[in-house]
This record gives sequence, structure tokens and C-alpha cells, in this order.
Amino acid sequence: MSHRIAAFLALFVAASASPLFADARSDAKLQVDFGIHVAQRGLWREAIYRWEKAVELDPTYAAAFNDLAVAYEHEGQLEKARKAYEKALALEPNNTQIRQNYELFREINDRTNAGKDKP
Amino acid sequence: MTGRMPGKTNRSLALAGLTALCAAATIACGASYFEIPIETPIRAKLDVSAFQRVLIAGFVAGGTEDVDANQETVRLLRSQLRTKSSLRVIDAEIIPLVEIARDQNRTAAGANDSAASRENTSGVPGSATPNAPDQGDQPMPLPDRIKGEKDLEPYERLFANTDYWKKIGEEHQNPLIVTGTVLFVPHSRSGFVSRDEEQFDSFGRRRVVPVRTYVDRKGFILRPKFVFIDGRTGATMYSESYREEILYSAQQNTPALSSYFELMDRLVPNFLSALSSQKIRGTRVLLR
Repeated sequence: MSHRIAAFLALFVAASASPLFADARSDAKLQVDFGIHVAQRGLWREAIYRWEKAVELDPTYAAAFNDLAVAYEHEGQLEKARKAYEKALALEPNNTQIRQNYELFREINDRTNAGKDKP
Repeated sequence: MTGRMPGKTNRSLALAGLTALCAAATIACGASYFEIPIETPIRAKLDVSAFQRVLIAGFVAGGTEDVDANQETVRLLRSQLRTKSSLRVIDAEIIPLVEIARDQNRTAAGANDSAASRENTSGVPGSATPNAPDQGDQPMPLPDRIKGEKDLEPYERLFANTDYWKKIGEEHQNPLIVTGTVLFVPHSRSGFVSRDEEQFDSFGRRRVVPVRTYVDRKGFILRPKFVFIDGRTGATMYSESYREEILYSAQQNTPALSSYFELMDRLVPNFLSALSSQKIRGTRVLLR
């Protein structure tokens, strides 16, 4: 009997994780998780692809925008990074981790633009 | 043929279920954020591909007399560029730009005076040719001692003198020329500062509380302006200004030169980023 319960549980878990049952957020979450996995292994281009997909699937997913911003920053695409951070903050203005990332990003971004005087 | 599945198959199924459950639990209950190191590449602000050499010519310096800001800035930037840039650094005499600016000013004033006297001898008031200088063309007098930002302003016209910089360029085989102004002045400020203080209550429990105290502080302000000049044409390609300050408690006796290097240390990455691409290391948080 316990084997049957275990088998049922396994089927339920597998089924609930399948795209058939998933909504936009959980689809996006899968992309975000995979993006984190590959970013941790230094595959930032793949991570960008995943996180771009995630924000496409769920444009209200602040974490996905945050991660995308970090990846853009790492790739030196600072304007895209700024937009993604601002979108993430617009979605979750009180998220301290996004805010901290954004502050650190701005420090670099301001530094690269600072002091520019036209001759 | 019907019958019960063998026990081994059931065990495999149960194991598979457990694995799937663990995987789902890891995703569902795992960490919600991950710290990750990143390296942000910063492109050089200037395209210096046309130059193989760089001349750190000299600076119009002012402020405290404890530090020769012209000499120290030239030395520091040359040594930084030697190790952190692909450009060859030209070892040349440091140009005393304050004296050069004064000479140029005297020459300009003399030229204006002779033009004005020619105008007077023509005997027709108001008959000056369109090119003749009027009083507005008189060069601003250069202060003998540069104490503040206002004193530096009249010296700025030196950087617009393309003929002069073109000549310097020709003397050194048309390099990229770096010059500018450096103001390093003492500074003091008094006011309330907040600091954490350790306190113990009657039960011996430790607490850290923020305490605001009034303190006198003194230090320095460093205001450099870097001007990048094309040695082939003498024209300014780009310029950037910065301001950094440092304050110590009034009791602390920090040598001016040490403060100068501390402040320049903050600015050097910005200066280098004008000439060469850089990578800035940092940490960010990825969220799930």
C-alpha cells in the first residue's frame, strides 16, 4: 500500500512540475532557476537568454528583471542593465536586494559617466 | 496474465518518487537568493588607437605649498600608465605650465597694447578694423598664487591654445598629450557625526547604540581636471573634472602628501578608464 502512495506522490510531483499544469510565473521561474544554474558556471550568455525568456513569459517577475540586469551588467551592457534594474524596482520598490544591486550598479555607471566635460 | 508487480519494481518506483520529491523540494524550499561575483567591463572613454605614445606634460597646480601637485601628479600618472596602459609613456621634463601661461598672457597683453596704440594713432575714433582687439579681448590677469578654483579659471585659456600644444606635439612625435589643472587645498569642517557606541546595561547585556557627537575635522580637497589633447592638431579631445575630499579628526596629524596620494588613489581608476578598457569586480545578488 505504501508503495502505491509513493508512486502516486511521484506521479503528482512530476505532473505538477510539467508545463501542462504550470502558469506563466512557474514557467518563468523554471527559466530563472536554469539561468542561475548556468550563470554560476560562468555561462552568462545562456543565462541572459533564459532570463529574457522569463521576463517575456512573466513581465511582472521582478526577480527575473533583477537577474537579467546583473547579467547585462556583467556583459558591459550598462544601458540595458539600468533599464532592467529600474523595471525590477518598479515592480518591487521595497526589495532591498534589488535596491542594493542597483546602488552598486549606479556607482559604476556614474563613475563611467562622471566628470565628462565637453571640450 | 495478471498479478502483482515484483517487489523490486515497486522499490524502484518509490525511489524515483522520493528523488522527484527531493528535486521539487529543493526548488521550492531552496535558497531564494545567490551571491555571485561579476566583472563589469568598462569601455575606454577615448579612442586612443591613433596614438602609440602619451605625454603627461604637466599641470597648472595650486593650493597648499606642502605638496608640489604638478610634479606629484605627473609622476603618479606616468607610473600608472606605464603599468596599466598599452601607450608608451614619454619621459620628458615636466612643463612648468604656470610660467608658460604667464608668458603667453604677457605676449597677448603686449599684442593688444600695440594694436590699441595703432588704433589711437589713426586719429579717427571708432575706426578700428573688425579684427582689432577691444578692451574685452584683454587677457584676464593671472593671479600670482593659485589658492582656489577662481584663481585657476584664467589659466584655462592655456588649454585652448592649439598652436602651443601642436608645437609640443611636434617636439614629441605627435603623442596624446595629458595636461590640466590640480587644486589641492586644506579643508576643515565641524559638525555632528554619528558613530556606534558599545553600552552595557545593569545586567551586563551589551548593546550597540548610535551616538551623535560634535567634532572638529580637518583634511584636504583634491580637484583635478584632466585635459586630453591631440598632439597632431593641438586640439582638446576630451576633459574631465573630479572632486574628492578627505577629513580626519582634528587631533590626527596626517601629512599633506599622504592625503594627496590617498585622494589620487580614488581618482586614478577614473583617469585610466578614459584611456583603456577596465574590468570592475563586484558581487551581486541573483534572485529566484
